Amino acid sequence: MGLNNTTKQEAERGILLTTVDKMSRWAQKSSVWPATFGLACCAIEMMSVTSSRYDLARFGSEAFRASPRQADLMIVAGRVSQKMAPVLRTIWEQMPEPKWVISMGACASSGGVFDNYAIIQGVDHVVPVDVYVPGCPPTPEALMFGILKLREKIQTGLPPKYLEATAWTGGVS
Amino acid sequence: MNRLDTGLIERLEEKFGEAVKPRESIDFTTIVVDPEHLLALAEFLKAAEGYQMFNDVLVVDWFPSRPRFEVVYQVFHPEKIMRLRFKSFVGENQPLPSLVGVFEGANWPEREAYDLFGVVFEGHPDLTRIYLPDDWEGHPLRKDYPTGGNRID
Amino acid sequence: MATKEMRAERDPALTDETMVINLGPQHPSTHGVLRVRLTLDGERVVKAEPVIGYLHTGFEKTAETLTYQQCNTITDRLDYLAPMTNNLAFVLAVERMMDIEVPKRAQYVRVLFSELTRVASHLVWLGTHVMDLGAMSLFFYCMREREVILDLIEAAAGVRMNPSYFRVGGLAYDLPEGFHEKVRDFLKDFPRWMTTYRNLVDGNPLINERLVGISLLDRQTCYQYGVTGPNMRATGLALDLRKDEPYCYYDEFEFAVPTRTQCDAYARFWVRVEEIYESMKIIDQVLGKISPQGEYATTDRKVSLPPRDEIYGNMEALIHQFKLVTAGFPVPQGEVYQAVEGPRGEMGFYLVSDGGPKPYRWRARTPSYYNLQTMPIIAKDGLVADVITAIGSIDIMLGDVDK
Repeated sequence: MGLNNTTKQEAERGILLTTVDKMSRWAQKSSVWPATFGLACCAIEMMSVTSSRYDLARFGSEAFRASPRQADLMIVAGRVSQKMAPVLRTIWEQMPEPKWVISMGACASSGGVFDNYAIIQGVDHVVPVDVYVPGCPPTPEALMFGILKLREKIQTGLPPKYLEATAWTGGVS
Repeated sequence: MNRLDTGLIERLEEKFGEAVKPRESIDFTTIVVDPEHLLALAEFLKAAEGYQMFNDVLVVDWFPSRPRFEVVYQVFHPEKIMRLRFKSFVGENQPLPSLVGVFEGANWPEREAYDLFGVVFEGHPDLTRIYLPDDWEGHPLRKDYPTGGNRID
Repeated sequence: MATKEMRAERDPALTDETMVINLGPQHPSTHGVLRVRLTLDGERVVKAEPVIGYLHTGFEKTAETLTYQQCNTITDRLDYLAPMTNNLAFVLAVERMMDIEVPKRAQYVRVLFSELTRVASHLVWLGTHVMDLGAMSLFFYCMREREVILDLIEAAAGVRMNPSYFRVGGLAYDLPEGFHEKVRDFLKDFPRWMTTYRNLVDGNPLINERLVGISLLDRQTCYQYGVTGPNMRATGLALDLRKDEPYCYYDEFEFAVPTRTQCDAYARFWVRVEEIYESMKIIDQVLGKISPQGEYATTDRKVSLPPRDEIYGNMEALIHQFKLVTAGFPVPQGEVYQAVEGPRGEMGFYLVSDGGPKPYRWRARTPSYYNLQTMPIIAKDGLVADVITAIGSIDIMLGDVDK
């Protein structure tokens, strides 16, 4: 493993050495707390993912917070209407950094079948999205896969989408 | 399948005369009423005929023919399990009397009709937009409103 | 809580002080994106105004651009806890307009799935309603049982939620092999579990305290506002479209219509719980009536696709399939209103056709919309905590309200 002698001795004493950065990333990815943002059909699957059969608690993400101040992930589960968009944006802005967004389902990602006046054609017009989960609605497994992908992203140290896109202006006109 | 109220049309014609006309329908009794007699008809149906359960108010836009809007009311007889539909035709900017005084449940559907079609109901306690934001322009369910999504790029 | 008099004694300026607070649109106990503007006098609700439209989806506009088969898929998304009853109301409306005869077996299967959906929907209601009242564990139990029903739906339709399994003229596919046994297994296990869950809440003083005499909704108000379903039956009126305007041969099944007379949240609670047991009875009877495999859609080529082997061997059949899928089938001119008894009340569709393959007007009469309208009445003069009980006990679904 290429451990030098000192590390070996430390490891034998039950101490692991790592960088602060890696350590904090590991801590971040292991307890991603989502904000409750259930909108439509996908919200029901989001409820399923936390309950008995799928048990999201295995990945440390079961603690859905009612207050955006305590959450670092926003799962936009369902169709976002023109009336809801400003609310969504405000809640996203209230979340402490670093923060991530998962767009769950076809409606949130692209408007889905509802190509009409009422629905925002993709939530990425309003907030920067890290992971898109396809499906109408996505199965709980699919959402779980999305969350695992996000964990990978956090572990590799890639910045959240909103930091990555500096030129991004966004917002509802 | 729906039960039919026999003799109702005769009773209504006796009371309202020419203002009420029956319409062919495949499901249940349908009548067309002049807008002036709408309120009186609703009151009569509720008080005298027992159609006391409100069911729905909706609008059909027949653009470009005139009069443009067909406002459809549906009521239900909870004891005899019978349905009745009555409708009125109105043009653009022509107000209809509000039925909130007779059926309180007409409140939201009438607001919805105002919001999505722009049909105005006179005497409605709070005729504001219900689904769309207050600053919205236009009435989206009208046939001349674009169907596609409003892309914000 | 300080009464008005006590406050007036302390400081006369405090007597009419009311406070306006917002519940939602993002709030853990509002069942979706409902916003309620509450005017409070201390802890008492003076006025509760629901503000809706945060999930307005424009179904009615989109439906006018889709063919009748395509419309079927969006009906699922209205009341997404009970997609099958939405499908049913829509396909029955179209079938009535076109005067199509659907095979009896297909109608029975429709009954089977409608009742499964009703149980699944009531389970989610039970779990979330009791969770709003402060009991967490029942939610997990109910979701577990719901998963079993979703597995049955997935086995038949291929999708867990929003299946669009009912099509105009019958069903999308036949039942899969071994489906009867799966449903029988479910029927064997589920009532036992359900009774366990029932015993968790039955007679529980904490639950009773939150429900008895809270959020009264009397029969006259139901008439006035068009409130239907279990909310209506909790006022003592046994009005159930399955019995009173039978569709899909519901008149051949034996089941009771549970009613209560107290008109409060407690009455509505038990009407729904008892409905779960009645639905189980219907499912059991359906299994006795249908063969595992058989006719599942009409052979009327106006609406149903030609069988596969015919398409591969016959040019006309291929063209017919192509036309039916791309252009859709025309529906005769006219209007129709068809309602079914959904888990939340009367789910109806009002369709107007101009003779083309797309509906001219597509109106969904969604029960939650009319039920929610009574919110100012049932929440008035209660406590803030009772507002949450009120929302849960009338069992609204925001996709249904905002359409």
